[in-house]
Amino acid sequence: MLKISQLHKSYKIGDSSLHVLKGIDLAVEEGEMVAIMGSSGSGKSTLLNIIGMLDEADSGEYILDGLPIKNLTEKKAAVYRNKFLGFIFQSFNLINYKNALENVALPLYYQGMKRKERQELALFHLEKVGLSDWAHHLPKELSGGQKQRVAIARALAANPKLLLADEPTGALDTKTSHEIMAFIQHLNDEGKTILMVTHEEDIANMCKRIVRLRDGVIMEDKKVIQERAEQYV
Amino acid sequence: MLRFLLDRDTWQEVFDSFNKNKLRSILTMVGVWWGILLLIALLGSARGLENSFNRMFGSFATNSVFIWGQSTSKPFKGFQEGRGVNLTLTDAKKIEENVEGIEFVLPRSQQSVTINHGFLSGSFQMAGDYPLLDQLQKKKLIHGRFINQNDIDDRKKIAVISEDTYKQLYEKDEEAIGTYIEINAINFKVVGVFENGNVNMGPSSALHIPFTTFQQIYNKGDRIGWMMITGKPEFNIKQIEEDTKLLLKNLNDIHPEDQRAFGSFNLGKEFAKLTGFLIGMQFLTWFVGIATLIAGVFAIGNILLITVKERTKEIGVRRALGATPYEIKRQIVVEAVFLTLVAGVFGIITGGWILIGLDSAFGQGDDAALVNASVSIAVVFISLIILVILGTLIGLIPAFKATSIKPIEALREE
Repeated sequence: MLKISQLHKSYKIGDSSLHVLKGIDLAVEEGEMVAIMGSSGSGKSTLLNIIGMLDEADSGEYILDGLPIKNLTEKKAAVYRNKFLGFIFQSFNLINYKNALENVALPLYYQGMKRKERQELALFHLEKVGLSDWAHHLPKELSGGQKQRVAIARALAANPKLLLADEPTGALDTKTSHEIMAFIQHLNDEGKTILMVTHEEDIANMCKRIVRLRDGVIMEDKKVIQERAEQYV
Repeated sequence: MLRFLLDRDTWQEVFDSFNKNKLRSILTMVGVWWGILLLIALLGSARGLENSFNRMFGSFATNSVFIWGQSTSKPFKGFQEGRGVNLTLTDAKKIEENVEGIEFVLPRSQQSVTINHGFLSGSFQMAGDYPLLDQLQKKKLIHGRFINQNDIDDRKKIAVISEDTYKQLYEKDEEAIGTYIEINAINFKVVGVFENGNVNMGPSSALHIPFTTFQQIYNKGDRIGWMMITGKPEFNIKQIEEDTKLLLKNLNDIHPEDQRAFGSFNLGKEFAKLTGFLIGMQFLTWFVGIATLIAGVFAIGNILLITVKERTKEIGVRRALGATPYEIKRQIVVEAVFLTLVAGVFGIITGGWILIGLDSAFGQGDDAALVNASVSIAVVFISLIILVILGTLIGLIPAFKATSIKPIEALREE
């Protein structure tokens, strides 16, 4: 599904440069649920950004679903992001003047789907996250958990191969975090490949595999027994 | 692109971002609105002024010069200075034959007379004229006709009087045509009454009689009072004036450099000044209008730039969701064009209202300062096209700004 080898990335800060990723090798199979952990500055967000094609590596190889991701133009990156990837952010990043349905339909709009089809599909995904009754509410009328569920519906709308989550529970209380995690686990049960960045141990333990980063290298990469989130809800 | 413009979602996006900050969007649009309003109101007023000038001069062959004889100021060929100069019919004929670019030469004579009609009488300026005068200086006849060739050939004792003359010599509602008036004790039949003109160019006349009749009665022989020379439209009337004077000096044994032998009034030159003034005013109008418009459009660009900065994160999200840079740019440009265009249309409408207001305030009656103050549809379309072009250009700045930020930077959590 996803294969990364010898990935390097450094940022220029003034005259010196900061070497953030120092040769990452990572392979993720279809249906996996991987947590990327590490303290801040470990390079975990940078890795996720490169996987999300929001950033480009200096050297190394990145193959997504058999497709080498290299020297992408902005346009091509946008098309790939739309087709292959679903993003879930810590602060939800819903567009605040659009209602839930429109937010979910946005990736489909950029796919060029017709309005009617798009809205039907968006409503279907909202139903899946249990928010069809809230379709016409603006984000400010929703709770944090609801917002994240809308964001998940949006990430799923274009039926991506890979779901990328950057601290998906970072802005939520424990109870809501568990609800969201239960939800993400369900998606994984259905076969969706999920990659998430987190720094919370309990959240990471709800994944099937934990990759620990420190100072730009992988310290540990181990399979774990998934802790089901339902038991806490 | 067309599909994009016809797409409901495109406009949904535009309205959404407009609604998000209504007050600011409206304040922004005020600049463009004001610019186009000024442009329309000023252009309309300039046109009204031009129309009013045209109405004043409309009945006049403006490419004309009046020439009359005075007295010499230099001795020449044995003649002393101070000799009186008289123009003659022969001179007129020679001018018509020899000077290049002449359309007409119209000899005229003029004299002050006393007229009696019944118990009413008055003193008037009377002119002896050819029918041609009616062409060069259109007489609006209220009753009857102007002098015709027959009158000239037969030296008929007929007169065409002005409205004012009629009012002085006749009772109210009295029929004038066919009646006789006594001009310096000679009876003339009135055949026409003409309307007083708006402007009198050259000596004004209260009544006209046939030129030949005038010459005979006052024993003028070949001598004429003055002449009106009209040039062909493509010729410069100033050159014609100079050529004519030179020829006249030759014919009358006058020193070629004598500046005072002939008096003249160059209508063409005066008219050109006025036309120049009008053109200058129109140029100023366009300049002020477009400059204001550009300032307004810049304000829109500026606001969009701020908006784009505020929306950095949103744009980042959109790009993460698969919006290409082109799609982002396109949307921002459409917003810019939309704002300018809506503001522009409002400006055109309110500018139109101002013109309607000006028309009812200053545009009524015969001596109105502004006649039909208006702008043509062409001007409206040109303004709209300019707005679209300016809107697009100014929209490109925030558009490029929006996509110059990498999505990752836009999305960075603060």
